[in-house]
This record gives sequence, structure tokens and C-alpha cells, in this order.
Amino acid sequence: MTRLEATPAANETIEPTAGPATAREAGLPPEPLLRTVSLTRHFHLGGIFSGKTLHAVDDVNLTIGEREIVAVVGESGSGKSTLARLLAMAYEPTRGQIFYRGRSVHSLHSRKDLLWYRGEVPMVFQDPYGSINPVFRVSHGVMRGLILHRPELGAAERRDEAERVFGVVGLSPARETLRKFPYEMSGGQRQRVGFAQALAVRPKLILADEPVSMLDVSIRAGLLNLMVELREQEDVSILYITHDIASARYVADRIVVMYAGHLVETGPAEDVLASPRHPYTQLLLSAAPDPREEISVPTSAIAGEPPRVINPSDGRRFRWRCPIAIEECGKTTPSLRSLAPGHRAACHVAVADVSES
Amino acid sequence: MTSPLLEVGGLCVDYLTEAGNVRAVDHVDLSVEAGEFLAIVGESGCGKSTLLFAIAKLLSPPAEITAGSVVFKGRDMVRLTEGELRHVRWRDYSVVMQSAMNALNPMKSIEAQFTDAMRAHSEMTTAEMGDRSAEVLKLVGVDPVHLRSYPHQLSGGMRQRAMIAMALLFTPDLVIMDEPTSALDVVAQRSLMSQIKELQQRFGFAVIFVTHDMSLVSHYSERLAVMYAGQVAEVAATRSLFEKPLHPYSVGLLDAFPSIRGPRRPLTGIPGSPPDLARPPVGCRFQPRCPKAMAECLLRQPDLYTVDGSRVRCFLHEPAEVGTGAAE
Repeated sequence: MTRLEATPAANETIEPTAGPATAREAGLPPEPLLRTVSLTRHFHLGGIFSGKTLHAVDDVNLTIGEREIVAVVGESGSGKSTLARLLAMAYEPTRGQIFYRGRSVHSLHSRKDLLWYRGEVPMVFQDPYGSINPVFRVSHGVMRGLILHRPELGAAERRDEAERVFGVVGLSPARETLRKFPYEMSGGQRQRVGFAQALAVRPKLILADEPVSMLDVSIRAGLLNLMVELREQEDVSILYITHDIASARYVADRIVVMYAGHLVETGPAEDVLASPRHPYTQLLLSAAPDPREEISVPTSAIAGEPPRVINPSDGRRFRWRCPIAIEECGKTTPSLRSLAPGHRAACHVAVADVSES
Repeated sequence: MTSPLLEVGGLCVDYLTEAGNVRAVDHVDLSVEAGEFLAIVGESGCGKSTLLFAIAKLLSPPAEITAGSVVFKGRDMVRLTEGELRHVRWRDYSVVMQSAMNALNPMKSIEAQFTDAMRAHSEMTTAEMGDRSAEVLKLVGVDPVHLRSYPHQLSGGMRQRAMIAMALLFTPDLVIMDEPTSALDVVAQRSLMSQIKELQQRFGFAVIFVTHDMSLVSHYSERLAVMYAGQVAEVAATRSLFEKPLHPYSVGLLDAFPSIRGPRRPLTGIPGSPPDLARPPVGCRFQPRCPKAMAECLLRQPDLYTVDGSRVRCFLHEPAEVGTGAAE
């Protein structure tokens, strides 16, 4: 018995490790730009002996393709910012791996390799008032990035490049704007400076951690459109982190929903919005205010607070707030299962619905 | 007809700076009926928070009320002394601040902060104060065990609820709220808004709710005032403003919202940024950003014109030109 079973299993393990050429022949998708495998990050709380562990990100498998905009949506405390910081190598993962262009990020140790990765995957921060040094002109951040990551450029070329990226992000006239101090700029303009800094290092993937949540609604639209333009003009992928699922619709190709450190649903943006499978996604959708719609959501559906996932037991983390929880939810943690092409959700009930029909 | 609960008339607030006076609130007229939910929306720097602070008499130098009146329950608040205000504050109107983390004292328990407010504005006994604290906290859906908690032990949503509970200690006639939900995420926002509306209907207090997010109040407020550059640009019933916005600025604000239902429209937003109030543009203040600006807009400032029960500050709706402009 054991020998019979061992053979097919061995075959399976060989396939993924085969070279890129054979993978393409076998019909497997080419290696994505970035891929995480069971990425996990826990934080210890309290003293050494407290024994409390906060599960910020648990077993996340995420892929981001070339020129793809992926939106990570979730409440505060769902682990979405921790995920971005893991990808930016600001945190070390507790478990799991990140592969960038097929290369394990954790094997990068030399200064040259780390500079390369950080130049390819820069970050744009949430708070445009706190993320730009107030004592320097806004050109400072862009110039520093250029000196570090593109040492081949001379002083004049650096200035030209800085003017070019300022033009791309819509800060014109670029030459005058570069000479400004942060206090002379509005929040929306500062956030554009953040994107210019990221662009200057010729990135492949920009990690944007809630880039519009501190901005006025009237300014947001401009930045959301900017992200789409950057993909078209500069060929970058963007990981867009937000708690506002409505804004994700306007920029993202794919939406990834996170809850309490778990990835609970992923799929093409329009599919997820049109037919959300996971009850948490449905909750997020119903909470997004839409002035053009009549209000239809019973207030009881929105009760509850996102959990602090300290030393969790098995079972689905959403079950305390879930309107359709079944007994199964208390026993096992559901894994992501395919429900439609490219559309996966981690919910016992949603999966049961599909298999019945 | 009874007079409204609050009537703001020709209110001007100036920031007195060395470089000259900056008028942050410019001749604002507003009224709030008893039990009404009025929302004030606008971008950062449009003077909406300054207006709130002026109504609540919380302005501190260099800001100063330079003209106009704020008549609350028949008394002009502008003329009241600090001693007289003490009897009105918190008992008749209360304020919920924007950031609960900064508005609550991190060194004191929730109960101590509730007691502070009650001790300052009433002569209740300790036992009464304890009972009342537990009662209001229950009202907003927070377990009274949290009276002994410190602000850092509560989540953002619970902190904001505690702030609202504190504002309700004396069941005032008017609760003034300055973006109480802007630090929360979408789900917590919606839940808090429903709670505020429920309490408002139950106790019948009036609410002035300031926000930059129009969609947030779309289902909760009865009337909406849109502010731009220190002036009221449009005042209308909420539904009519969403269905038929009159001012080009209101139209721009509405088009800036991503919608999750229905067809995916391109987001437009409003080009440019709000004007520097130290040097307001000539003519209509919105004219540099307005897609419908006409030659006239550069020449003089429009007044607030009344159109079908709404009031709007735009030449397109000037009564004499109904035939030409408004037909568009």
C-alpha cells in the first residue's frame, strides 16, 4: 500500500521544481513577479514568559503578476499592513517565504542584493505628513533614492530624472515643485511626492500602504487615477492596501480580502464585488457607503469588532461575527478553495453551496 | 412658528496673524431645528471645523469671532461670558472631537473622565455619577466594565463610542460632532453612524455633524450644508442634494466617490486645491476650479440664491438669469 501511494506523490513534487521552460510546456503559469508561500508573522506580547503571541499574518499565499494591481482589503488589525512590511523586508517572517522573480528574498544578504530588492520594491506610506522629512526640500528624498539606487547617474542626469518623475506623478511645473518644502504642499501633493520617490528608483512593484486614507475625498480620485496611470506608463505592479473596498474597484485587477491575518477571499475585482462568496467580504461591501443607493443593511449585521488574534485555537476566525456560521466553523480553519475561475474563498458554507449546485 | 434651536447669522471668524487677517468663516448663515441632523461637508481647510468651534465657543486666539451671532435656545452665545457659558456647556450642548485618542486623557480611566465632566457642570453625588456613567456607556453599546479601562485598552471604535457616551451625560439638546469617524475603518464607521442615528432618534437631540466624506452622511442627515473656502456653497435636503446637486462644487464632490454598485464610472475628482484664504480668488471663490466658470464669475461674488427650497451660491442659479444659465 505505502509503496503504491508513494509513487504518484513523488511525481507531484518533481513538477513544480522543474525549470521554467518545462513549466511553460506543462501549461503551468510562468513565475509571477512576486509570490509568497505560507507567509506568517507572529508578534510576542508582554514579557518573555507571558506566552502570548499575536498572529498578525498567518499562512498567506499571495501572488502578484507583472503590471498587475492587487488590492488587499481588510479592517484595521486584519494584518494587511504587516503583510506590506513583510514584503518590504521591514519585518522578518516568522515562517514562510517570499519569492521575487523566482528568487527567495531571504537569501539576499549582501548590500548590493538588498539595495537591488529595495529598489525594485519600494513602499509608499499612509501618512504624507509623517513620511516626508520636513526640514529638507522635497527633492531631497528623490535625490537620495537616486544616489543610492542609481549611482551611474551624474548630478545633471539625476536632476533630469527627478524632474521627469515629478512630471509623471502630476507635480508640475516639476522644476519649481522640487524646490518646495513639504509644508508648502497639500496632503495630496505630498502623497504624489511619495509616489515620485518610489518611481525614481525604477521599481517593478510599489507597495502602497493606504496611500489615500488620510486624504480628502475630492483629492483621492486623483491619486487613484495616478496609480492606474503609473501601471500604464511605467509598467509597474502595485500592491494597494486599503480598508475601502469601493476604491479598490477603481484601481485593482484583483482583490484580496484579509481577515484576522488570514486571506479569506481572492479573485478578479469585478467578480469579488459582484458575487462575494465570503460573508466577511459581504460585510465589507455592505458597510461601504454609497450615496446613490438606498440604505438596505440591517445595523445588526455590522456588530462586533475585529479580533486580536492572540494564541488562536483552530476554527474559522470570523465565526463570532458571521451570520451564517455552522458547526464545522468552530472545528477547522477553512482553506482557500476555488469557486469560480480565479476566484477563491475560505468559507465552509460558500464551498458547500458550490458543490451542491 | 417656533424659532429654531440654533440660529447662526452672518458669522465671521478671523485668524489674526501678523501678515493680516485671514477670514476662515465668512458670513455663514445656518439654522438647526430641534432634533434635526445637519451635516456640514467640505474639504480640509474650508473652515468647517472653525465654524464648529465658533458655534461651540471653543475658539482660542488667534481665532476670533469678528461679526455675526450664534443664537442657541434664544440666547446669543457670542455675548455670553465664560461664567455663563459654564451653565450651558455640556448640559445643553456637547462636543465630540475628531480624534478620540487625543481627546481622551491617556492617564485617566474612562470613569474618572466622565466624573470630571459631571463634577464641573452639575452637583451630582458620587453614587449618582457612577450610575449615570454606567448608563451612558451601555447606551453606546460598550460594556460598563470598561469604565475602569484606560483609553489605550480600548479599540478605536470603542474610544470613539466612549466620547459619544460622554457627550450624552446630560442628554443635551445639541451634540456637535467634528469628524468623529474619520480615524475608523469602513466597517466601524458604518456601525458608529447607525448608533449615533439610533440615539438621536431615541433622545431627540439635534446633531451637527462635520465631515469631509459626503457619502458617510448620505443616509443619516436630513439636511446638508456644503462649505467651500469659508462660505456656504449649498444648503439643501440631503436627498435632493444627492439626486440633483446644484452647485458645480457639490457635483464635483459627488463625482469623486467610488461606487461599488452599478456601472464603473471614471472617477473625476476636482482639479486643483482649495484656495489660500489669506488671498481668496476674485469673484466666485470656486471659479479657478470650476468646470462651468463664466466671465461673470471673475467679476463679482455670487450670493446664496434660493432655488426650490435649496440655497446655492452660484450664478448659474441666479434668479434673474433662470432662462439662460440654469437651463444647462
